[in-house]
Parts: sequence; C-alpha cells; structure tokens
Amino acid sequence: MITVEHLTKYYGDFMAVDDLSFEIEEGHVYGFLGPNGAGKSTTMNIMTGCLSATEGHVRIDGYDIFEEAEKAKKRIGYLPEQPPLYMNETPLEYLRFVGEAKGLHGAELDRQITRVVGQTRIDGVKNRRISALSKGYKQRVGIAQALLGNPKVIILDEPTVGLDPIQIIEIRDLIRELGREHTVVFSSHILSEVQTICDQILIIAKGKLVAFDEPGNLERRLLAPSEITLTAEATEQEVRDILSGVGRITGLDLEREAAGNVMARLKTEHDDIYEVSRAVFFAFAEQKKALLEMTLKKANLEDIFLELTDNARQGAPASDAGTDAGCGESEEAEQ
Amino acid sequence: MIAVLKHELRSYFHSLTAYLFGALLLVFVGIGAMLYNIQAAVSNFEFVLSFCSIVLAVIVPILTMRVIAEERRQKTDQLLYSLPITTVQVIVGKYLALLVVYLIPLCIISFYPLIFAQFGEVYLATSYGSIFAFFMMGAALIALGIFLSSLTDNQGFAAGIGIAVILLNYYSVRLSEHVSSTAMGTVIAFGVLILALGAVIWYLTKNENLAYGCCFALAAVLILVNVLDGAALEGLLPDLMEKLSLFARLDTFVNGAFDLTAIVYDMSVIVFFLFLSVQSLEKRRYN
Repeated sequence: MITVEHLTKYYGDFMAVDDLSFEIEEGHVYGFLGPNGAGKSTTMNIMTGCLSATEGHVRIDGYDIFEEAEKAKKRIGYLPEQPPLYMNETPLEYLRFVGEAKGLHGAELDRQITRVVGQTRIDGVKNRRISALSKGYKQRVGIAQALLGNPKVIILDEPTVGLDPIQIIEIRDLIRELGREHTVVFSSHILSEVQTICDQILIIAKGKLVAFDEPGNLERRLLAPSEITLTAEATEQEVRDILSGVGRITGLDLEREAAGNVMARLKTEHDDIYEVSRAVFFAFAEQKKALLEMTLKKANLEDIFLELTDNARQGAPASDAGTDAGCGESEEAEQ
Repeated sequence: MIAVLKHELRSYFHSLTAYLFGALLLVFVGIGAMLYNIQAAVSNFEFVLSFCSIVLAVIVPILTMRVIAEERRQKTDQLLYSLPITTVQVIVGKYLALLVVYLIPLCIISFYPLIFAQFGEVYLATSYGSIFAFFMMGAALIALGIFLSSLTDNQGFAAGIGIAVILLNYYSVRLSEHVSSTAMGTVIAFGVLILALGAVIWYLTKNENLAYGCCFALAAVLILVNVLDGAALEGLLPDLMEKLSLFARLDTFVNGAFDLTAIVYDMSVIVFFLFLSVQSLEKRRYN
C-alpha cells in the first residue's frame, strides 16, 4: 500500500529523517510513535507530498508521490498536525472546496459530503463558522476533509493533541471506526493511545525506525532487559563477589543504604529472569547473607519504548528544532 | 484549478476585500470622470484612466496581500500541497479569481464612455484601447502582488512592499531623468541591483554558493563590459528605468496609439511573476 524506501531528510545540516524504510499494508491501523522531534511529522509530510525528501522514495499503491503526485495523492487523505482549515468558512463550504479539488462534483460530491459529515458527526455544526467551533470539532472537520474522495489510506498527524479527555476518547473511537474501512496511519507520542488503537506500531527516534511490530510482539520481543532489584545485608564487596558467581547478569548497579544494607539493581535477559532470581537467592543463602528484599521487574512496552528511543538518542543530543513543524505545543501531553 | 478559482471567488465575496477594491476603483474613476469629463468638459475618457492609474499602487497590494500569505499563516498551504492539484493550478486559479475581481469594476467603468457618448463626441477607440491597456497593466501588477504575497506569511509586509515597488515603478520615468547617465553611475547602480538579486536568490533557494556564484558572474560581466566598451553603458540606467515602467506604457495608449509591445511586455510580466510565485510555493517543499 505505502512503500517508504531509504527516506532521508535534512533541514540544512540537521538530519530529521535518517534512511527510513518500511512498508504499510492494507487493512491495518498503524501507530507512529516517537518522542517530540523524532521525525514523525516530517515523515508524514513527505509521505503525503507536502515536503520533499532529500533522498529516498515514497510509493502509494505503486505511484511515486513526487513523480505521479496526482494519482498518489488521490489515494491518501491527510490531516496535518494543525488542521488546515479556512477559519471564516463553514464546514460545508470547506468540504465542498476540498471535494472539488479532489475531483468530485455534482451528486457524487453531495453524497460524499453527507457521508463524511455523518461519519465524523459534525452534522450539528456544519453551517457554523469554523472559527467558532471547539478544537475537537475543528479536528473532526479536518478528519472529514481527509475522508473525502474515499482514499484508501488516511494519515493523521497527532490527531488527539490539545483535546480534552472526552474529545480524545471520541477521536480515538472515530479512528478505530475508520480502521474498519481504511488503512489508517496516525502518529502520537502517547504510548497508551497507540497501544489501544493500533494493530501495528512503528517506533521512531532520531529519524530512525527503531521498532516495527504488533503491540503484543513488541512486548514479547523484550529488547529491554528485565531488572531484578534486591536489598541484601552485606557489604558492597560481598554482594559483588556473590553475584559474580551467578551467570547471565548483564548489568549491575550497587547502592549503599542507610542501615548498612546494599541495594543492587541487576539486569538480565527476560527468558532467564526466574532462573537468575533463583540462582541469586541460593548464592546469597550459601554465603549466609540475608536477602531482605527481591523484586522482579519485567519489561513492558513503556520500557521498550524508553529504551529504544534512549538508545537512538545517545551520541547526539536530542534537539526538537525544526523537525516537526509546529510541534512546540505537543508537549502538553494528556497522559 | 476550477475548484481553487471558485473557492477564492467565494472567499473574496464573503469578505470585504472584493467590494472594497471595486468601490475604491470606482470612486477614483468617478472622481476622475467628474474632474475631466464633466467639470473640464473634456471628451477623452482615457485621461481619467491615466489619472487613476496611481490608485492601483494602493488597491492592488491590498487586494493581493492575503492571497498566499494568509494560507501560510493559517497553515492551509499544507492542505493545498496534499491535495491532488499542482502548484501551477493553485497559482493560476488564484490569479484568475483576482482577475475576475478586477474585471467587475472595469466592466462597470467600460459603460462610462458610452454614457458620455450620448452627450457629445467621444473617441471610443482610444477610450476602449486605454481601458484594455489599463486592464493589462492591472493584471501585471496583480501577478507582482501574488509573488510578493508568496514570499511571506505577513500580509502587512506583503502589502507594504507591494505599494513601495509599484510606486517606484510609477515614478521610475520621472526618476530616470535624475539618475546618473554616466558609465560609472550605471556600473554602481547595476552593482547594487546584482547584490539585491543575489539576496533574492539566496532567500528563495537558501543556497549560498548559487547566490555568490550568480553575483560574481554578473559582476564579472558588468566589469568586463565596462572595460571593453564603457560607452555602451552610458545612459543605460535611465533607459532601462523607462523601459521597465508599466505606467509609461499605459500613456502610449492614452495618447492614442495601440502599442502591441506594451501588451507583450504586460504579458511577460504576468508570466514572469506567476512563474516566480509557483517557484516560491514549490520552494517551501524543499526548505
């Protein structure tokens, strides 16, 4: 459906998207996940032909977005981060213009407008000025615009940013509904949102694709090691000696506590976590050192996300400048 | 393109812009007609157009200032980029809409000579020839206005620069008498022009090498010409200023000559600035 090949985008010297390649298939809801400034908006803008790529190709249904722009663009509906609305028009006038620009006319145009107005539930406000509408309704008008022309793919850039909790739930429901008829790609920096709506997740950090999988698989994949936290009644050196006898520990972090105890944080691969914890327990028992506390922490999607995006950040300082157009406001997350 | 045209027209007639533009043009033409045709009892309607042409320096930038700048400010340009229409279609659609807005008061004005003809002898041929030239000149100024609007997201800035540029063009013939006609004067003036051109190239392409390259190449040509044949540069600047004046060409029509070169010049200006507007819009995709 959408093929992205070796996409690279520079803003001057700043690399916003770095050799990105992925494929989007029909009939799924895709979530673009990444911290602010990760290159989500830039990627979406390139995918929809709003921005040129420095290198690489985007093909929609086999049509190149730059070379066969008209055919490619007819297959996508796009809602940019800031809904592109003409404030002194009514939703009906606005939709009529977008529909005509998408090549619809006559009875077909009327039919489609009626359909998208119903789908996005803006019937009650369709004759009011857009400038007078609430942010949630403006967002819906923006989505209605994207739906005109019945495109195969709907691309929504941070559709829930800046909305109140009720509006967020409504927009999420709407996206879920759209997912039944269209391929939907939407971006977000809120993990839970992506987790609940999408059946495929793309995680982007520093312009690179760091993960692309189903939410369940991502959790199972466990790129992030699991963690065991323990408190022992021993000196730091003793803890270190005991643990050195236990294999499969990939990371160790010691901390002295007030009561003369030592707190240790060890990392290990998930498959081994119970085995490792058992081995740790017996190792301490053998040395007659009391384990006061031991907690196992399995990696969840949140950890994976943080880990992946952190890895990508290392080496270069994170910079939001210029990557996601108008991304400044998206900080006000409603987590 | 038709969709853009219809949309623009609807927005002009929903807002005050079209009415304000038409009203101002009609008021000034009315005042001119009163002064020349009624009070002074001159039967030449074309003088009125010559008198009123300065008004375009103000009302055209007011009409065109929002055309692209506003799209940028509202971020609706993103919609235009993502729709299955080309930038050429967007610019031409917008331009045609502006021409319609401009043509409506002109249609009303074109009845005036006929009305005056009821009361005496009016040279209809020169009158209508001048109205046509007036239309072409305005059409060229509108194209310039679109380009200036495409450079910024600030409407006021677009209008201000537009007024300044058109006024400069209006007075360029009179100014040309006062500028230096020596070779040295031409070299200095062209040097400044080359620097300005370099700045525009840099602004449009953000490519320093290209801007410097163009500047140096043009400066080299200028110096070479000056060294080889200094006499060729004498009087070139005032000559050029006269040639570039859109308003001076209107006067040819007012004086009763149907000057095809003027029409060709107006058309070239239209195509040139519409082309630049398309480039300016495209450039946003490449920044």
